[in-house]
Amino acid sequence: MRWPLAARVSLSSPDLKLHNLYSERDERVLFAGLSLSVSAGDVVQLAGPNGSGKTTLLKILAGLSSRYEGDIHWRGENLITQREDFRQHSLYLGHGSGIKAQLTALENLRWSCAVRGQHVADTDLHRALTTVGLGDFIQQPCYSLSAGQQRRVNLARLFCCPARLWLLDEPFTAIDQRGVAEIEQWICDFADNGGMVLLTTHHPLSLPRPLRRIELGRT
Amino acid sequence: MIPMGTGAVMFAVLRRDLQAALRRGSEWSNPLLFFLMVCSLFPLGIGPERQQLAVLAPGIIWVVALLASMMATDGLFRGDYDDATLEQLLLSPLPLYPLVLAKTFGHWLVSGLPLSLLSPLLATILQLPSEGLVVLMVSLLLGTAVLSFIGAIGAALTVGLRKGGLLLSLIVLPLYIPVLIFGSAAVKSAIDGMAYLPPLAVLAALLMTALALAPLAIGGALRISVDQ
Repeated sequence: MRWPLAARVSLSSPDLKLHNLYSERDERVLFAGLSLSVSAGDVVQLAGPNGSGKTTLLKILAGLSSRYEGDIHWRGENLITQREDFRQHSLYLGHGSGIKAQLTALENLRWSCAVRGQHVADTDLHRALTTVGLGDFIQQPCYSLSAGQQRRVNLARLFCCPARLWLLDEPFTAIDQRGVAEIEQWICDFADNGGMVLLTTHHPLSLPRPLRRIELGRT
Repeated sequence: MIPMGTGAVMFAVLRRDLQAALRRGSEWSNPLLFFLMVCSLFPLGIGPERQQLAVLAPGIIWVVALLASMMATDGLFRGDYDDATLEQLLLSPLPLYPLVLAKTFGHWLVSGLPLSLLSPLLATILQLPSEGLVVLMVSLLLGTAVLSFIGAIGAALTVGLRKGGLLLSLIVLPLYIPVLIFGSAAVKSAIDGMAYLPPLAVLAALLMTALALAPLAIGGALRISVDQ
């Protein structure tokens, strides 16, 4: 599998750098003084109990939340000035379904690529859906798919939207045993190709490459 | 992978919204049914006297159209918010303006447009003099588009709230009033044989203003609503 990396840059400096990040919710501190550098090839697992701010951190990074203090740098520049470039090179999979139930898997995927400003040929979309194991369900409306299959439709975006950074919020939800191993493999392949992954999961990851764990909720 | 132009992306957004709306009929058919039912109940309630109905008809049709439009508005971003496709829209590297514009236009195509096209039928039921028919339709075409834009701002502001329905009405209703006044005034002027172009021109001006400014407000409101 060849990964659609948007661009390759030098591996010397970290692409994503968090410095002294602070966030609170309902007057409860989620994390404070959080610093983290992510460079090409890094896989970072955000761990911590429920409500410790894992999703909030991913949302802050994705640009969906502005409830933080501190600095985030993307490719050496402040993220606020680099939003457009960051959005082009990052792919966020939240824990919502991310698909319209009344549309087919193919239509959903086509739309997801289109809002990122990319026209992807139908054959490539077919290939992406086949890769996530939905080859036989391409023309079915998503409401007739199981929860795990719907999740896979969302995951298929990983294979047709070029990105350098994946932000995955609980990617293993509703996915079967074999699927979990598959996703781990995709993450691995992606990192091998110079991609960066930040993910939250309670699932013990078994990756054949070094994994960094950031514990949240221990302030 | 080929980069898409803004027009192509807008078309893709529009197409998906129309497909989704057509496959789930209740979204667009409920406000339309409401419009049909309420308008056809008036002759029964008031009585079939021609003169009386003719005087009331422009106001009735416009008020009911406004309420139907408000009904449709609540669902504009609700579905996308619930299934998190709204997040994808907001994380697009493209400017939000054209995307939101396409969504609002798509919403008008399934709410305001069918309502405007049906209005001559209801006007006939309500004994509206035939001189007013065309002006009624034109005023509704322009007016419902403005209502869609205003409603979209309210829907974007309240989409993050679990029970935003009442708040939405409170936000958009005062803003709807100018549209109602000029819309029904245009129809009345046409029936009375007076100049109907000035109120129509005001509606068109409102639409142009909404077209230019509303998508900015909608985009900003959506970002705030998702940032909870």
